[in-house]
Amino acid sequence: MTWGLATSHVPSIGAAMDRGKTADPYWKPLFDGYAPAREWMARHTPDVAVVVYNDHANAVDLSVTPTFAIGAAASYEVADEGWGSRPVPTVVGAPEFSDHLVESLIDSSFDITVFQDLAVDHGLTVPLSVYCPDPGESWPCAVVPVLVNVIQYPQPTAARCLALGKALGEAIRSFPEDLKVAVFGTGGMSHQLAGARAGLINQDFDRMYLDAIEHDPEKLAALTREDYIREAGSEGIELIMWLIMRGALGPRIRRVHDAYHVPASNTAAGMVLFENLSPVSSERSATA
Amino acid sequence: MSTRTPHITGTYVFDTADNRRGWALNRLCGSLKDADNRVRFSADEGAYCEAYGLTAEQREAVLGRDWTRMLELGGSIFYVFKLAVLDQKSMQYLGGVFTGMTTEEFAQALEAGGRSFG
Repeated sequence: MTWGLATSHVPSIGAAMDRGKTADPYWKPLFDGYAPAREWMARHTPDVAVVVYNDHANAVDLSVTPTFAIGAAASYEVADEGWGSRPVPTVVGAPEFSDHLVESLIDSSFDITVFQDLAVDHGLTVPLSVYCPDPGESWPCAVVPVLVNVIQYPQPTAARCLALGKALGEAIRSFPEDLKVAVFGTGGMSHQLAGARAGLINQDFDRMYLDAIEHDPEKLAALTREDYIREAGSEGIELIMWLIMRGALGPRIRRVHDAYHVPASNTAAGMVLFENLSPVSSERSATA
Repeated sequence: MSTRTPHITGTYVFDTADNRRGWALNRLCGSLKDADNRVRFSADEGAYCEAYGLTAEQREAVLGRDWTRMLELGGSIFYVFKLAVLDQKSMQYLGGVFTGMTTEEFAQALEAGGRSFG
Protein backbone atom coordinates (compact mmCIF):
# COMPACT_ATOMS: atom_id res chain seq x y z
CA MET A 1 0.00 0.00 0.00
CA THR A 2 1.49 3.29 -1.04
CA TRP A 3 -0.82 6.07 0.13
CA GLY A 4 -4.22 7.02 1.50
CA LEU A 5 -6.29 10.03 0.51
CA ALA A 6 -9.28 11.43 2.40
CA THR A 7 -11.34 13.97 0.51
CA SER A 8 -14.78 15.53 0.19
CA HIS A 9 -16.74 14.53 -2.88
CA VAL A 10 -19.11 17.49 -3.31
CA PRO A 11 -20.58 17.35 -6.87
CA SER A 12 -19.94 21.04 -7.50
CA ILE A 13 -16.16 20.42 -7.12
CA GLY A 14 -16.43 18.09 -10.13
CA ALA A 15 -18.66 20.55 -11.97
CA ALA A 16 -16.12 23.33 -11.41
CA MET A 17 -13.44 21.17 -13.08
CA ASP A 18 -15.74 20.02 -15.89
CA ARG A 19 -16.73 23.63 -16.69
CA GLY A 20 -13.22 25.09 -16.48
CA LYS A 21 -14.01 27.24 -13.44
CA THR A 22 -11.12 26.21 -11.21
CA ALA A 23 -9.42 29.61 -11.58
CA ASP A 24 -12.58 31.57 -10.70
CA PRO A 25 -12.25 33.51 -7.43
CA TYR A 26 -14.85 31.24 -5.75
CA TRP A 27 -12.98 28.02 -6.56
CA LYS A 28 -9.31 29.02 -6.84
CA PRO A 29 -8.47 28.75 -3.10
CA LEU A 30 -9.86 25.22 -2.97
CA PHE A 31 -7.95 23.98 -6.00
CA ASP A 32 -4.77 25.81 -4.94
CA GLY A 33 -5.06 23.82 -1.71
CA TYR A 34 -5.09 20.55 -3.62
CA ALA A 35 -2.03 21.37 -5.77
CA PRO A 36 0.84 20.03 -3.58
CA ALA A 37 -1.04 16.77 -2.91
CA ARG A 38 -1.76 16.34 -6.61
CA GLU A 39 1.88 16.87 -7.52
CA TRP A 40 2.96 14.23 -5.01
CA MET A 41 0.31 11.73 -6.10
CA ALA A 42 1.21 12.23 -9.78
CA ARG A 43 4.71 10.99 -8.86
CA HIS A 44 3.30 7.99 -6.96
CA THR A 45 0.79 6.43 -9.33
CA PRO A 46 -0.84 3.30 -7.90
CA ASP A 47 -1.88 0.28 -9.96
CA VAL A 48 -5.23 0.18 -8.20
CA ALA A 49 -7.20 2.72 -6.17
CA VAL A 50 -9.68 1.32 -3.65
CA VAL A 51 -12.27 4.11 -3.42
CA VAL A 52 -14.55 4.05 -0.37
CA TYR A 53 -17.67 6.11 -1.13
CA ASN A 54 -21.46 6.22 -1.08
CA ASP A 55 -23.93 6.24 -3.95
CA HIS A 56 -26.41 9.15 -4.07
CA ALA A 57 -29.64 7.63 -5.43
CA ASN A 58 -28.06 6.80 -8.77
CA ALA A 59 -26.93 3.17 -8.94
CA VAL A 60 -28.46 2.01 -5.66
CA ASP A 61 -32.10 2.80 -4.86
CA LEU A 62 -33.98 2.48 -1.60
CA SER A 63 -35.30 -1.01 -2.34
CA VAL A 64 -32.01 -2.54 -1.11
CA THR A 65 -29.53 -0.83 1.22
CA PRO A 66 -26.26 -2.75 1.47
CA THR A 67 -24.29 -1.64 4.53
CA PHE A 68 -20.94 -2.54 2.92
CA ALA A 69 -20.48 -3.52 -0.74
CA ILE A 70 -17.63 -4.02 -3.20
CA GLY A 71 -17.68 -3.69 -6.98
CA ALA A 72 -16.20 -6.72 -8.73
CA ALA A 73 -16.76 -5.71 -12.37
CA ALA A 74 -14.29 -5.18 -15.19
CA SER A 75 -15.59 -1.64 -15.73
CA TYR A 76 -18.05 0.87 -14.29
CA GLU A 77 -20.06 3.36 -16.34
CA VAL A 78 -20.25 6.97 -15.14
CA ALA A 79 -23.82 7.56 -13.88
CA ASP A 80 -26.31 10.11 -15.21
CA GLU A 81 -27.40 11.79 -11.97
CA GLY A 82 -30.22 13.79 -13.50
CA TRP A 83 -28.06 16.40 -15.18
CA GLY A 84 -26.18 14.07 -17.57
CA SER A 85 -23.01 12.05 -16.98
CA ARG A 86 -19.78 13.83 -16.07
CA PRO A 87 -17.43 14.07 -19.07
CA VAL A 88 -14.82 11.79 -17.50
CA PRO A 89 -13.47 8.39 -18.63
CA THR A 90 -15.21 5.12 -17.88
CA VAL A 91 -13.78 3.60 -14.70
CA VAL A 92 -11.77 0.42 -15.27
CA GLY A 93 -12.02 -2.22 -12.56
CA ALA A 94 -9.65 -4.81 -11.15
CA PRO A 95 -11.96 -7.84 -10.92
CA GLU A 96 -9.46 -10.42 -9.64
CA PHE A 97 -8.31 -8.03 -6.94
CA SER A 98 -11.98 -7.36 -6.06
CA ASP A 99 -12.60 -11.10 -5.79
CA HIS A 100 -9.66 -11.40 -3.42
CA LEU A 101 -10.87 -8.52 -1.24
CA VAL A 102 -14.41 -9.94 -1.05
CA GLU A 103 -13.17 -13.39 -0.07
CA SER A 104 -10.67 -12.09 2.44
CA LEU A 105 -13.15 -9.69 4.06
CA ILE A 106 -15.93 -12.26 4.32
CA ASP A 107 -13.40 -14.65 5.88
CA SER A 108 -12.74 -11.84 8.37
CA SER A 109 -16.49 -11.78 9.23
CA PHE A 110 -17.37 -8.65 7.21
CA ASP A 111 -20.46 -9.68 5.24
CA ILE A 112 -19.89 -7.85 2.00
CA THR A 113 -22.48 -7.34 -0.77
CA VAL A 114 -21.00 -7.76 -4.27
CA PHE A 115 -21.88 -5.56 -7.27
CA GLN A 116 -21.23 -6.86 -10.78
CA ASP A 117 -23.22 -4.06 -12.45
CA LEU A 118 -22.58 -0.66 -10.96
CA ALA A 119 -22.73 2.85 -12.40
CA VAL A 120 -20.49 5.15 -10.38
CA ASP A 121 -21.64 8.64 -9.42
CA HIS A 122 -19.91 11.79 -8.19
CA GLY A 123 -19.15 10.08 -4.88
CA LEU A 124 -16.47 8.11 -6.72
CA THR A 125 -15.61 10.26 -9.75
CA VAL A 126 -15.06 13.54 -7.88
CA PRO A 127 -12.37 11.99 -5.63
CA LEU A 128 -10.72 10.54 -8.74
CA SER A 129 -10.71 14.07 -10.19
CA VAL A 130 -9.29 15.46 -6.95
CA TYR A 131 -6.44 12.97 -7.44
CA CYS A 132 -6.09 13.38 -11.21
CA PRO A 133 -7.70 16.50 -12.71
CA ASP A 134 -6.79 15.80 -16.35
CA PRO A 135 -7.07 12.05 -16.98
CA GLY A 136 -7.32 12.34 -20.78
CA GLU A 137 -8.71 9.17 -22.35
CA SER A 138 -8.41 6.99 -19.24
CA TRP A 139 -7.82 7.22 -15.49
CA PRO A 140 -4.22 6.51 -14.43
CA CYS A 141 -5.16 3.43 -12.38
CA ALA A 142 -7.76 0.72 -12.05
CA VAL A 143 -10.42 1.19 -9.38
CA VAL A 144 -12.20 -1.02 -6.86
CA PRO A 145 -15.34 0.69 -5.52
CA VAL A 146 -16.20 0.05 -1.86
CA LEU A 147 -19.70 1.31 -1.02
CA VAL A 148 -20.92 2.25 2.43
CA ASN A 149 -24.49 3.05 3.44
CA VAL A 150 -24.40 6.52 4.94
CA ILE A 151 -27.79 7.67 3.60
CA GLN A 152 -30.19 5.52 5.65
CA TYR A 153 -30.10 5.14 9.44
CA PRO A 154 -28.70 2.96 10.93
CA GLN A 155 -25.40 3.46 9.20
CA PRO A 156 -22.48 1.24 10.24
CA THR A 157 -20.82 2.59 13.37
CA ALA A 158 -17.60 4.54 13.09
CA ALA A 159 -15.87 1.80 15.10
CA ARG A 160 -17.03 -0.82 12.60
CA CYS A 161 -15.69 1.30 9.75
CA LEU A 162 -12.24 1.54 11.36
CA ALA A 163 -12.29 -2.22 11.92
CA LEU A 164 -13.31 -2.79 8.30
CA GLY A 165 -10.40 -0.60 7.24
CA LYS A 166 -7.96 -2.75 9.24
CA ALA A 167 -9.36 -5.91 7.65
CA LEU A 168 -9.21 -4.24 4.23
CA GLY A 169 -5.56 -3.41 4.80
CA GLU A 170 -4.80 -7.04 5.64
CA ALA A 171 -6.75 -8.15 2.58
CA ILE A 172 -4.80 -5.78 0.32
CA ARG A 173 -1.44 -6.89 1.74
CA SER A 174 -2.27 -10.57 1.33
CA PHE A 175 -2.94 -10.31 -2.43
CA PRO A 176 -0.36 -12.60 -4.03
CA GLU A 177 0.54 -10.24 -6.89
CA ASP A 178 2.80 -7.27 -6.29
CA LEU A 179 0.40 -4.35 -6.78
CA LYS A 180 0.77 -0.74 -5.70
CA VAL A 181 -2.50 0.18 -4.01
CA ALA A 182 -3.91 3.51 -2.83
CA VAL A 183 -7.01 3.80 -0.65
CA PHE A 184 -9.44 6.73 -0.82
CA GLY A 185 -11.84 7.62 1.98
CA THR A 186 -14.38 10.12 0.68
CA GLY A 187 -17.26 12.37 1.80
CA GLY A 188 -17.85 15.04 4.45
CA MET A 189 -16.77 17.44 5.98
CA SER A 190 -19.37 19.83 7.59
CA HIS A 191 -22.31 18.75 5.52
CA GLN A 192 -25.91 19.65 6.29
CA LEU A 193 -28.15 19.83 3.24
CA ALA A 194 -31.73 19.76 4.54
CA GLY A 195 -33.79 21.39 7.27
CA ALA A 196 -33.38 24.50 9.38
CA ARG A 197 -29.73 23.58 10.07
CA ALA A 198 -28.88 23.65 6.34
CA GLY A 199 -25.51 25.24 5.75
CA LEU A 200 -24.09 24.17 9.11
CA ILE A 201 -20.32 24.62 9.19
CA ASN A 202 -18.41 23.45 12.26
CA GLN A 203 -14.79 24.34 11.59
CA ASP A 204 -13.65 23.32 15.07
CA PHE A 205 -14.95 19.78 14.56
CA ASP A 206 -13.58 19.57 11.02
CA ARG A 207 -10.11 20.69 12.08
CA MET A 208 -10.15 18.30 15.03
CA TYR A 209 -11.05 15.52 12.60
CA LEU A 210 -8.31 16.44 10.14
CA ASP A 211 -5.80 16.20 12.98
CA ALA A 212 -7.17 13.09 14.73
CA ILE A 213 -7.52 11.05 11.55
CA GLU A 214 -3.70 10.95 11.61
CA HIS A 215 -2.90 10.81 15.33
CA ASP A 216 -5.92 9.31 17.07
CA PRO A 217 -8.38 7.52 14.77
CA GLU A 218 -9.67 5.51 17.76
CA LYS A 219 -11.07 8.75 19.17
CA LEU A 220 -13.05 9.27 15.96
CA ALA A 221 -14.16 5.63 15.96
CA ALA A 222 -15.62 6.14 19.46
CA LEU A 223 -18.02 8.87 18.28
CA THR A 224 -21.68 7.88 17.90
CA ARG A 225 -23.88 8.47 14.89
CA GLU A 226 -25.59 11.19 16.88
CA ASP A 227 -22.21 12.84 17.53
CA TYR A 228 -21.45 12.90 13.79
CA ILE A 229 -24.90 14.23 12.86
CA ARG A 230 -24.88 16.89 15.56
CA GLU A 231 -21.31 18.08 14.98
CA ALA A 232 -20.82 17.60 11.24
CA GLY A 233 -24.40 17.61 9.92
CA SER A 234 -26.70 14.82 8.82
CA GLU A 235 -24.58 14.25 5.70
CA GLY A 236 -21.39 14.87 7.68
CA ILE A 237 -21.74 11.29 8.90
CA GLU A 238 -20.01 10.49 5.59
CA LEU A 239 -16.80 11.12 7.54
CA ILE A 240 -17.01 7.56 8.88
CA MET A 241 -15.73 6.51 5.43
CA TRP A 242 -12.43 8.28 6.11
CA LEU A 243 -11.87 5.79 8.93
CA ILE A 244 -11.94 2.87 6.50
CA MET A 245 -9.05 4.43 4.59
CA ARG A 246 -7.22 5.20 7.82
CA GLY A 247 -7.64 1.67 9.13
CA ALA A 248 -6.29 0.21 5.90
CA LEU A 249 -2.97 2.06 6.20
CA GLY A 250 -0.17 0.47 8.17
CA PRO A 251 0.82 1.65 11.64
CA ARG A 252 3.47 4.07 10.35
CA ILE A 253 2.26 6.91 8.14
CA ARG A 254 3.40 10.39 7.14
CA ARG A 255 1.11 13.33 6.40
CA VAL A 256 2.09 14.59 2.96
CA HIS A 257 -0.41 17.44 2.70
CA ASP A 258 -3.79 18.65 3.87
CA ALA A 259 -6.25 21.34 2.82
CA TYR A 260 -9.47 22.79 4.18
CA HIS A 261 -11.80 25.27 2.58
CA VAL A 262 -15.21 26.86 3.19
CA PRO A 263 -17.43 26.86 1.24
CA ALA A 264 -17.81 24.29 -1.50
CA SER A 265 -21.45 24.95 -2.39
CA ASN A 266 -23.36 24.16 0.87
CA THR A 267 -20.51 22.45 2.73
CA ALA A 268 -16.91 22.56 3.87
CA ALA A 269 -14.31 20.68 1.81
CA GLY A 270 -11.37 18.90 3.38
CA MET A 271 -8.58 16.66 2.18
CA VAL A 272 -5.60 14.95 3.73
CA LEU A 273 -2.99 12.76 2.07
CA PHE A 274 -0.92 10.15 3.93
CA GLU A 275 2.10 8.24 2.71
CA ASN A 276 2.26 4.70 4.06
CA LEU A 277 5.69 4.13 5.64
CA SER A 278 5.11 0.67 7.05
CA PRO A 279 7.44 -1.76 5.32
CA VAL A 280 5.48 -4.06 3.05
CA SER A 281 7.62 -7.13 3.67
CA SER A 282 7.30 -7.13 7.46
CA GLU A 283 3.53 -6.54 7.21
CA ARG A 284 3.23 -9.49 4.88
CA SER A 285 5.08 -11.76 7.26
CA ALA A 286 3.11 -10.40 10.20
CA THR A 287 -0.21 -11.23 8.61
CA ALA A 288 0.82 -14.46 6.92
CA MET B 1 -40.25 6.29 13.56
CA SER B 2 -37.83 4.17 15.53
CA THR B 3 -37.26 5.47 19.04
CA ARG B 4 -33.57 4.82 18.57
CA THR B 5 -33.11 7.13 15.59
CA PRO B 6 -31.33 10.26 16.84
CA HIS B 7 -33.53 13.35 16.98
CA ILE B 8 -31.63 16.56 16.43
CA THR B 9 -33.61 19.76 16.02
CA GLY B 10 -33.32 21.30 12.58
CA THR B 11 -32.44 18.21 10.59
CA TYR B 12 -33.92 15.00 9.25
CA VAL B 13 -32.37 11.62 9.95
CA PHE B 14 -33.66 9.36 7.20
CA ASP B 15 -34.26 5.88 8.61
CA THR B 16 -35.90 2.62 7.56
CA ALA B 17 -39.33 3.84 8.74
CA ASP B 18 -38.94 7.01 6.65
CA ASN B 19 -38.01 4.78 3.73
CA ARG B 20 -41.41 3.05 3.97
CA ARG B 21 -43.26 6.33 4.57
CA GLY B 22 -41.54 8.11 1.69
CA TRP B 23 -41.36 5.09 -0.60
CA ALA B 24 -43.57 6.36 -3.45
CA LEU B 25 -42.22 9.91 -3.24
CA ASN B 26 -38.58 8.82 -3.30
CA ARG B 27 -39.21 6.35 -6.11
CA LEU B 28 -40.78 9.11 -8.19
CA CYS B 29 -37.94 11.53 -7.53
CA GLY B 30 -35.31 8.84 -8.13
CA SER B 31 -36.84 7.96 -11.48
CA LEU B 32 -36.01 11.44 -12.74
CA LYS B 33 -32.36 10.46 -13.20
CA ASP B 34 -33.48 8.97 -16.51
CA ALA B 35 -34.03 11.47 -19.32
CA ASP B 36 -37.14 9.68 -20.68
CA ASN B 37 -38.79 9.91 -17.29
CA ARG B 38 -38.00 13.61 -17.03
CA VAL B 39 -39.89 14.14 -20.30
CA ARG B 40 -42.84 12.03 -19.14
CA PHE B 41 -43.02 13.80 -15.78
CA SER B 42 -42.95 17.24 -17.35
CA ALA B 43 -45.66 16.30 -19.87
CA ASP B 44 -48.19 15.44 -17.14
CA GLU B 45 -47.00 15.75 -13.55
CA GLY B 46 -50.34 14.69 -12.07
CA ALA B 47 -50.52 11.50 -14.08
CA TYR B 48 -46.92 10.72 -13.19
CA CYS B 49 -47.71 11.10 -9.47
CA GLU B 50 -50.69 8.81 -9.97
CA ALA B 51 -48.55 6.18 -11.67
CA TYR B 52 -46.10 6.19 -8.74
CA GLY B 53 -48.87 5.86 -6.14
CA LEU B 54 -48.13 9.01 -4.17
CA THR B 55 -50.37 9.81 -1.21
CA ALA B 56 -52.55 12.90 -1.59
CA GLU B 57 -50.19 14.85 0.68
CA GLN B 58 -47.09 13.76 -1.23
CA ARG B 59 -48.75 14.61 -4.53
CA GLU B 60 -49.67 18.07 -3.29
CA ALA B 61 -46.13 18.66 -2.03
CA VAL B 62 -44.60 17.56 -5.35
CA LEU B 63 -46.97 19.56 -7.55
CA GLY B 64 -46.59 22.61 -5.28
CA ARG B 65 -42.82 22.16 -4.97
CA ASP B 66 -43.12 22.29 -1.20
CA TRP B 67 -39.57 21.09 -0.50
CA THR B 68 -39.82 21.11 3.29
CA ARG B 69 -43.11 19.21 3.21
CA MET B 70 -41.56 16.57 0.94
CA LEU B 71 -38.89 15.93 3.59
CA GLU B 72 -41.51 15.79 6.33
CA LEU B 73 -43.41 13.17 4.33
CA GLY B 74 -40.45 10.80 4.18
CA GLY B 75 -38.45 12.30 1.33
CA SER B 76 -34.68 11.80 1.33
CA ILE B 77 -32.76 14.93 0.34
CA PHE B 78 -30.76 12.96 -2.24
CA TYR B 79 -34.00 11.92 -3.96
CA VAL B 80 -35.91 15.17 -3.57
CA PHE B 81 -32.90 16.97 -5.04
CA LYS B 82 -33.46 15.21 -8.37
CA LEU B 83 -36.81 17.03 -8.70
CA ALA B 84 -35.04 20.30 -7.93
CA VAL B 85 -32.45 19.52 -10.62
CA LEU B 86 -35.27 18.97 -13.12
CA ASP B 87 -36.49 22.47 -12.19
CA GLN B 88 -32.92 23.72 -12.69
CA LYS B 89 -32.68 24.63 -9.01
CA SER B 90 -29.42 24.25 -7.12
CA MET B 91 -28.73 22.77 -3.68
CA GLN B 92 -27.99 26.34 -2.58
CA TYR B 93 -31.50 27.31 -3.70
CA LEU B 94 -32.88 24.50 -1.50
CA GLY B 95 -30.64 25.62 1.36
CA GLY B 96 -32.26 29.04 1.10
CA VAL B 97 -35.77 27.56 1.09
CA PHE B 98 -35.05 25.45 4.18
CA THR B 99 -33.66 28.40 6.11
CA GLY B 100 -35.97 31.18 4.95
CA MET B 101 -33.33 32.94 2.90
CA THR B 102 -32.92 33.83 -0.73
CA THR B 103 -30.37 31.77 -2.66
CA GLU B 104 -28.05 34.78 -2.61
CA GLU B 105 -28.39 35.25 1.15
CA PHE B 106 -27.73 31.55 1.74
CA ALA B 107 -24.67 31.56 -0.53
CA GLN B 108 -23.40 34.67 1.27
CA ALA B 109 -23.84 32.98 4.66
CA LEU B 110 -21.69 30.07 3.42
CA GLU B 111 -19.05 32.36 1.96
CA ALA B 112 -18.91 34.16 5.30
CA GLY B 113 -17.93 30.88 6.99
CA GLY B 114 -21.23 29.04 7.14
CA ARG B 115 -24.00 28.82 9.69
CA SER B 116 -23.22 27.70 13.22
CA PHE B 117 -25.41 26.26 15.95
CA GLY B 118 -24.88 25.87 19.66
